[in-house]
Amino acid sequence: MPKDHGIGASQKRREDVRFLTGTGQYTDDISTYGQTYCVFLRSDVAHGTITGLDASEAEAMPGVVRIFTGKDFEGIGGLPCGWEVTDKNGKPMKEPAHPVLAQGKVRHVGDPIAAVVAESLEEARNAAEAIVYDIDELPAVVDMKAALQAGATKVHDDLDDNLCYDWQFGSDQAAIDEAFSKAAHVTTLELINNRLVANPMEPRVALGEYNRANDESTLYTTSQNPHVIRLLMGAFVLGIPEHKLRVVAPDVGGGFGTKIFHYAEEAFVTFASRQINRPVKWTSTRSEAFMSDAHGRDHVTKIELALDADNNFIGLRTDTLANMGAYLSTFSSSVPTWLHGTLMAGNYKTPAIQVNVKAVFTNTVPVDAYRGAGRPEATFQLERLVDKAARELGVDPIALRRQNFIDSFPYATPVAVEYDTGDYTATMDKLEEMIDRAGFEARRKESEANGKLRGLGINCYIEACGIAPSNLVGQLGARAGLYDAATVRVNATGSISVMVGAHSHGQGHETAFPQVVAEMLGIDESMIDIVHGDTSKIPFGMGTYGSRSLAVCGSAMVRATEKIINKAKKIAGHLLEASDADIELKDGQFTVAGTDKSVAWGDVTLAAYVPHNYPLEDIEPGLEETAFYDPANFTYPSGAYACELELDPETGRVTIERFAAADDFGNVVNPMIVEGQVHGGLAQGIGQALLESCVYDENGQLLSASYMDYAMPRADDLPFYLVDHSCATPCTHNPLGVKGCGEAGAIGSPPAVVNAVIDALHSGGYTHVDHVDMPVSPHRVWKAMQG
Amino acid sequence: MYSFELEIPTTVADAVAALGKDEAQPLAGGQTLIPSLKARLAAPSVLVSLAQIDEIKGVTIEGGTVTIGGGTTHATVAAEVAEAYPALSYLAINIGDPAVRNRGTIGGSLANNDPSACYPAAALASGATIVTNTREIAADDYFEGMFTTALEEGEIVTAVKFPVPEAAAYIKFEQPASRFALVGVFLAKYADGVRVAVTGASEDGVFRWSEAEDALSNSFGADALEGLSLSGDGMISDLHGSGDYRAHLIAVLTKRAVKAAA
Ligand SMILES: Cc1cc2nc3c(=O)[nH]c(=O)nc-3n(C[C@H](O)[C@H](O)[C@H](O)COP(=O)(O)OP(=O)(O)OC[C@H]3O[C@@H](n4cnc5c(N)ncnc54)[C@H](O)[C@@H]3O)c2cc1C
Repeated sequence: MPKDHGIGASQKRREDVRFLTGTGQYTDDISTYGQTYCVFLRSDVAHGTITGLDASEAEAMPGVVRIFTGKDFEGIGGLPCGWEVTDKNGKPMKEPAHPVLAQGKVRHVGDPIAAVVAESLEEARNAAEAIVYDIDELPAVVDMKAALQAGATKVHDDLDDNLCYDWQFGSDQAAIDEAFSKAAHVTTLELINNRLVANPMEPRVALGEYNRANDESTLYTTSQNPHVIRLLMGAFVLGIPEHKLRVVAPDVGGGFGTKIFHYAEEAFVTFASRQINRPVKWTSTRSEAFMSDAHGRDHVTKIELALDADNNFIGLRTDTLANMGAYLSTFSSSVPTWLHGTLMAGNYKTPAIQVNVKAVFTNTVPVDAYRGAGRPEATFQLERLVDKAARELGVDPIALRRQNFIDSFPYATPVAVEYDTGDYTATMDKLEEMIDRAGFEARRKESEANGKLRGLGINCYIEACGIAPSNLVGQLGARAGLYDAATVRVNATGSISVMVGAHSHGQGHETAFPQVVAEMLGIDESMIDIVHGDTSKIPFGMGTYGSRSLAVCGSAMVRATEKIINKAKKIAGHLLEASDADIELKDGQFTVAGTDKSVAWGDVTLAAYVPHNYPLEDIEPGLEETAFYDPANFTYPSGAYACELELDPETGRVTIERFAAADDFGNVVNPMIVEGQVHGGLAQGIGQALLESCVYDENGQLLSASYMDYAMPRADDLPFYLVDHSCATPCTHNPLGVKGCGEAGAIGSPPAVVNAVIDALHSGGYTHVDHVDMPVSPHRVWKAMQG
Repeated sequence: MYSFELEIPTTVADAVAALGKDEAQPLAGGQTLIPSLKARLAAPSVLVSLAQIDEIKGVTIEGGTVTIGGGTTHATVAAEVAEAYPALSYLAINIGDPAVRNRGTIGGSLANNDPSACYPAAALASGATIVTNTREIAADDYFEGMFTTALEEGEIVTAVKFPVPEAAAYIKFEQPASRFALVGVFLAKYADGVRVAVTGASEDGVFRWSEAEDALSNSFGADALEGLSLSGDGMISDLHGSGDYRAHLIAVLTKRAVKAAA
């Protein structure tokens, strides 16, 4: 029988009760006394000099409290970047100023020029429309290759050019040259990882409130990491010390990365509320989200694989252009480098790997982490390339992969990371079992009888999660540590509040985290609640991204719970007149080993708070412990995915018929939640592969600026998934043996889809088609078929 | 949204009177108009709701003609013409989502004449008659290009009369984001010939593919279309498909429509 309690139980998500009954408390649901409303005037051109800006008439309009422009922010910090990348010549990346409101120039459509604060939203909008301004339009740089050409228009006048950094990483040049010079075969592929808009269901919202009585500011915001925002905004932008700044991220309706970053609007409402001494609220419209939420991906890559005569991978070389957009968003610089280059080994024992990345400024919205961040880009390149190699060599794509799998652990890759554990053969075996590969030819014939082509695409993936060991990332340029923290507060009656630094915005922490504590203490989950998302309530936390919550923050929670157990055993030992070394905790009972003498969990917790009979000389009253946990390594979830699809050769339309995912997430706390995370990730990965595309025209106008043109995946675009996570090799270095599952689906699925499209086209005789860029729209397939 | 006055007449006459006011505009299902008001792209000072006017709602089927009130929702059309005119029912049930179908109206769709909308193809292929408060307009004279029609200022579509064909089909190839028609082909076969109307494709809005009509009127079968093609010139070219692709799709979808109708 499956477990119904503790680790391994598929408990229903308790938070869903409020989410599904409309009783969630999102930032926009919070309104405070005397609140004002803010509307930003945003640039409608991609690049230009502001030659005139006059808000005086607008400021006199009904309901307007005050209008702010760049002038109000002179001398105030810009938005910081959290990761300094050093280029291949040892020079730091270029880090242009990123003002809260434009200082003389606008650099992308959506760049905020001014902000109106008014009594109502409509009045703020009216006044924003009445602001008089002139922009001298400058040529926009949109295409990355053009941006790097000599004489290209510069996005930032104070920089030499549009190159943020030129980064090189991995094996030395001699090793790479040798691998390619002795190769029996070299496969080359050029591809684009399409720019995406994250599109969380809840757009961003920020509400700033200032309390003059104690000089305290509170920011309510749609964030994945309130402490990070407090640090960045308090220390670098507004100069507010932590004890005077509270950041609250209540229920958040999806993040997918784009709510990690510190945004201008957050700094603005906090600043403005202090200026006017009234709360200021900004709620993004969906249209604003398209032009102000950090975008994702947008890499252009050339990748080459060297193979020896026996089809062993002997060398890999990549050249990537990574779009930074107009400014460096919080973690933008780390995505194409440390979150991407370190994953280029994939699941294979390629001995020599070199990764080259040029990061480029353009007149587009800043680009930063989006579900997977760097790892989907790495996986897509590598797994498309391996597929192409198999086709060129006439070998089975699964066999070629199997032959090159890393098969002994720990394994140190040529790109800096050391995989602690994994079993790529096991997940591939599992996948083959799931997809009925033997029946594929019959299914293909059936499709062909209906005038359709059928394709099967396979790929593997590896990712680095549980970000990250602080000393390592510090060496790599991170300006923060990446540990996490938890406080376990046991109350007098035995109920527990766990204050965690991880933030839940759809991941189900409120259900899964108590399962861990319940398992450790042998008590019921209903006695345990998770508290998160408020810097005034939790000790500290770096937040949720990079599939790190359970692996890092969960480990902190385990450590804090272990401290609780240690102390509780001392109390129990005292009550039972036994040595605490002899006390055993099982099913919520403390027992003296080998006897029937015991006290219950509640007796011990009560004694801690009513210490009448208590070892006060040895231990303090109370039962509350905090732990910080800094991981020893990343975790390395991995797996094998398969996509089977039909392609209509007359229209180019692709429909996914089957999709299977065999993942190794190590130990799993709540299988149902894990499967849900995989389902969601697959939807996003398939969305990227078939539908989603953020497109600018050559003038920097956003063409896909609404759902009329930006295609989100919908239920009927997706098949029923087959998912499995039974091939578990537990993480070797964290106490739970967990690896993280939040991003796998989005990382592992795009190459499977495109590999399947190519397979389908080749089966129909369209053998000239080596690649189709994502999204693989009907139009693109048709065009590729035309040759 | 800018502020406006709202009039809710219950008769066509009162609606017409209300539309005589300065900068007045009819509001039907609001599925097109409300989003543009919210985006502040339209600023009528008076909105005249057509939602309470019973005389322009509902479907009557009589003597080979389906007459649909201008204020009839897509959902009602889908349900009521399912037997009498299945291709039209199929078209209606594939517009948008349930909310759109329960609010949006045929009159609103035809008045708006979005180049990617579905109803214009049905009206043109059926040789329908657009009935207004002042006159009757043949579909061939009604559509005047993207978002333009023969309607005068203040004129209300009160009904649309569809002669029921012997056979018909609507094949919609969806634009992946909006799910409007990237290309939609409506084919209707009458005793006196076949009509083929194409939406989504042309820069001039919905149009009739006369070569296909001639070929099919001669001999009704997919073979009759063999070798017929359209040029991509003058076709819409955007993120979702080039003019050439749209031209190609028209030929593919027309063949499929013939098979579906046969
Ligand atoms: C999400 C979504 C998906 C959609 N998908 C499709 C689709 O796949 N295919 C498709 O064809 N359409 C689609 N639509 C459009 C939908 O069919 C609209 O309902 C329709 O185009 C407008 O009808 P309405 O009744 O809502 O008109 P309104 O929005 O109320 O009005 C539209 C315009 O017509 C005028 N008007 C309205 N009624 C009349 C009348 N009786 N006489 C004269 N003028 C009038 C108004 O003044 C206004 O200018 C979609 C809409 C949405 C929101």
